[in-house]
Amino acid sequence: MNRFAGLFTAIEQTTKTNSKLEALVQYFQEAPEEDSIWAIAILMGKTFRSGIKTRDLKVWATELAGIPAWLFEESYHVVGDLAEAIALVLPRQAGQFSASLSGTIGILQMLTTQPEEERKEVIVDCWMRMEQTERLVFNKLITGNFRMGISSQLVIRALARYTGADEAQVAHRLMGKWDPRNTSMKSLLLDKGRLAEDFRPYPFFLAYPLDAAPETLGDPAEWQVEEKYDGIRGQIIVRNGTVFVWSRGEELVTDKFPEFATLPGILPDGTVLDGEIIGRKDGNLLPFSMLQTRIGRKKLSPAILNASPLVMICYDLLEWNGADIRSQALIERRLLLMQLLATLPGGTPLLLSPVFDCGDWAEVRAIRARSREHHCEGVMLKRKDSIYERGRKRGNWWKWKVDPFTIDAVLIYAQPGHGRRANLFTDYTFAVWEGEQLVPFAKAYSGLSDKEIEELDRWIKRNTVEKFGPVRSVRPELVFELAFEDINLSARHKSGVAVRFPRILRWRKDKPAAEANHKQDLLHLIKEKNI
Amino acid sequence: MLVFNKKGIYCSQADIYIDPWQPVAKAIITHAHADHARSGCLHYLCHRDTAPLLKMRLGEAISVTSLSFNEPVYINGVKISLHPAGHIIGSAQVRLEYKGEVWGVSGDYKLQDDGLSGAFEPLRCHSFVTESTFGLPVYKFPAQEEVYGDMNKWCADNVSQGMNSVLIGYALGKAQRILQHISGDRGPVYCHGAVDNVNKVLTGQGIRLRESTRVLSDMTRKDIQRAVIIAPPSAMGSSWLNRFSPYRIALCSGWMQLRGARRRRSVDRGFVLSDHCDWLQLDEAITATGAEKVYVTHGYQHTMARWLREERGIAAEAVETLYGAASEDVGDDILSNDQNSSHE
Repeated sequence: MNRFAGLFTAIEQTTKTNSKLEALVQYFQEAPEEDSIWAIAILMGKTFRSGIKTRDLKVWATELAGIPAWLFEESYHVVGDLAEAIALVLPRQAGQFSASLSGTIGILQMLTTQPEEERKEVIVDCWMRMEQTERLVFNKLITGNFRMGISSQLVIRALARYTGADEAQVAHRLMGKWDPRNTSMKSLLLDKGRLAEDFRPYPFFLAYPLDAAPETLGDPAEWQVEEKYDGIRGQIIVRNGTVFVWSRGEELVTDKFPEFATLPGILPDGTVLDGEIIGRKDGNLLPFSMLQTRIGRKKLSPAILNASPLVMICYDLLEWNGADIRSQALIERRLLLMQLLATLPGGTPLLLSPVFDCGDWAEVRAIRARSREHHCEGVMLKRKDSIYERGRKRGNWWKWKVDPFTIDAVLIYAQPGHGRRANLFTDYTFAVWEGEQLVPFAKAYSGLSDKEIEELDRWIKRNTVEKFGPVRSVRPELVFELAFEDINLSARHKSGVAVRFPRILRWRKDKPAAEANHKQDLLHLIKEKNI
Repeated sequence: MLVFNKKGIYCSQADIYIDPWQPVAKAIITHAHADHARSGCLHYLCHRDTAPLLKMRLGEAISVTSLSFNEPVYINGVKISLHPAGHIIGSAQVRLEYKGEVWGVSGDYKLQDDGLSGAFEPLRCHSFVTESTFGLPVYKFPAQEEVYGDMNKWCADNVSQGMNSVLIGYALGKAQRILQHISGDRGPVYCHGAVDNVNKVLTGQGIRLRESTRVLSDMTRKDIQRAVIIAPPSAMGSSWLNRFSPYRIALCSGWMQLRGARRRRSVDRGFVLSDHCDWLQLDEAITATGAEKVYVTHGYQHTMARWLREERGIAAEAVETLYGAASEDVGDDILSNDQNSSHE
């Protein structure tokens, strides 16, 4: 535990990627195997259930600190991180904690079957023998919300350096389901057998947002132009008569999509498709909001399945007849994909993503401009000779989204953020005018620079009208230009509209609140969109 | 005896203000930080170690009377005396006594003796005015020796890797604590101009400080290597730092207790070194005054007041003042104080 807390500190005490990498490699070299495997699982964001309730942790810590519950809550609001707030309010350390990382996890797992009294006793005993960072790490293990300021990519790089294996290979091995309780470092990283595990997806290749004019990409003939679909990026795997569906978030979501259950009889074994899962009815794509209502359901009733039937619009083929073909050129993979899809019986929920032949960039621009008409959000530009890389890389794949909707809105509420933004007012609620009233319609957290956040934070503290717990209402004076990807009528929202991915484009210091947009303008956007 | 009005904390019997934030005729100044010592008053009363700092800050022309600790003056029947607050050099609590009623005004204070500011003296009083900068139970500061130890180890690591160590702290108070506790074998010590100006005033008063070199505008990375540099918060993110490259930078402040504050500042290290009371010290000091009535100012005043009312049975109320930065604010406090101190 001490070593892992040390890794946490080492990573936190540097802003340089290389130092973080070195700290990780050193950890893997020095830590016992059974600790390393857990460290990988934790760093890659795998959670495990400790069975201990957050509420209980709060109560125990508050009791131990000798403070009333309201005071703990206020402290927690300021710290912005429960694990940290608990670590800080506890009395000073009295003793030493000697369990290893895996030993600590063992203790926590053992507790899941214990009565509450026993749990409390063990947790309190652990706390009191730990120093500050150990407590923080320990609490994060319990609450299962571990973010350490390093990306999965960095863990992969560290493991590649540690094992001497190729990064791509390590990335592939770390994907999908594996359980640190019954996996050894050797079987995870080195054994031949593991690669044959059927469910294992390939790391997704993600496009970078185009941040320059498309002309900078050179000859449009070298680029494959497709529409950018507004669905769920997914991988469909058929191996040994079984289908697996993975989402981009590395979640196995096969159960959510019964439409694909029949694929093993249709696709040859050893096929992996990359594409967009999207609603489609009567030959038309459905908006993302339809898919979203379906995704949230635990049980899929026939009515829901019927209301938003799904297909995958396939745009890449990663495995063909059991062979990994990611290093072939896109144009060759596409040819195989076309051949494969052409042989499928009618009604198969797999469609080929159409490609546009564009003689010049003006044509691409026109396709992008029209894309919203059928619920797409711009175009994808993929270099025809590109291999299938992994992660988000600049150069060969670009996404060129349509310009977002924008509206000028008034800041009316603010709330402190979490983590890096703890104790700063960074979560904002915006409103538009409806007659003389301001109606809240969107929350936004991103888009301001650190400097602007601090300036706004000071303004909020000086211009607070009322406090409701952590939320403050402020004088309705400041105007911000908000951008969002989509807008729809909504019965669930007070304003009657729901916007998607709202964020701040800029602080309109030039505009008084009276000149912000009206609700009518939002309704107008919806109307225009649906023409 | 004291009231809070729009100009500051006022004693009508003596017709004098304590740390007013608007110009008044007579002002008692608890210490020389900019949010407590403002310009424009006709006459100032402060501790003798504060007087030269006040002149440096507000101009040589101001009218100042200085006192030693525990040296009473009488104004229209009010007995006024200053007592060590332990915050920075010359910082004082103000004790006012009239017809048997005693008030104490803490200014900013801490209970840890830093060896420079004088050891905090507990006062018994009927009414106490206290700051509450770190008035939350998540603020429990480590012992200063432990922090100095970490700091020296960090500097030593940097030296061994051929790097400079930049330590950031207020020009007045924190900077001198750092200077006094950096061990001699950590390489030469340099000070930013704002820090050096304060050092000069202090040494002029006969206070002994460790030797350091002022960073001059023509110094480059060739001149300063494997050294320790002490600078005010205004230096963070400025091009002034470029000359120390390669360097690591650390911020020394009580705010560094929270990870969020550390990470937001993008510094390599945060050292929890504060010139204020932490939660435990505030609770201890306030209770020890025996005061029946407590007025809680700048910081987490509402939280602290509620705690005192509900858990300590003291009639406590929160008072809005213009001390410190806007309340509940991480890091601004540092910057706002510094912007004033770095102008000297």
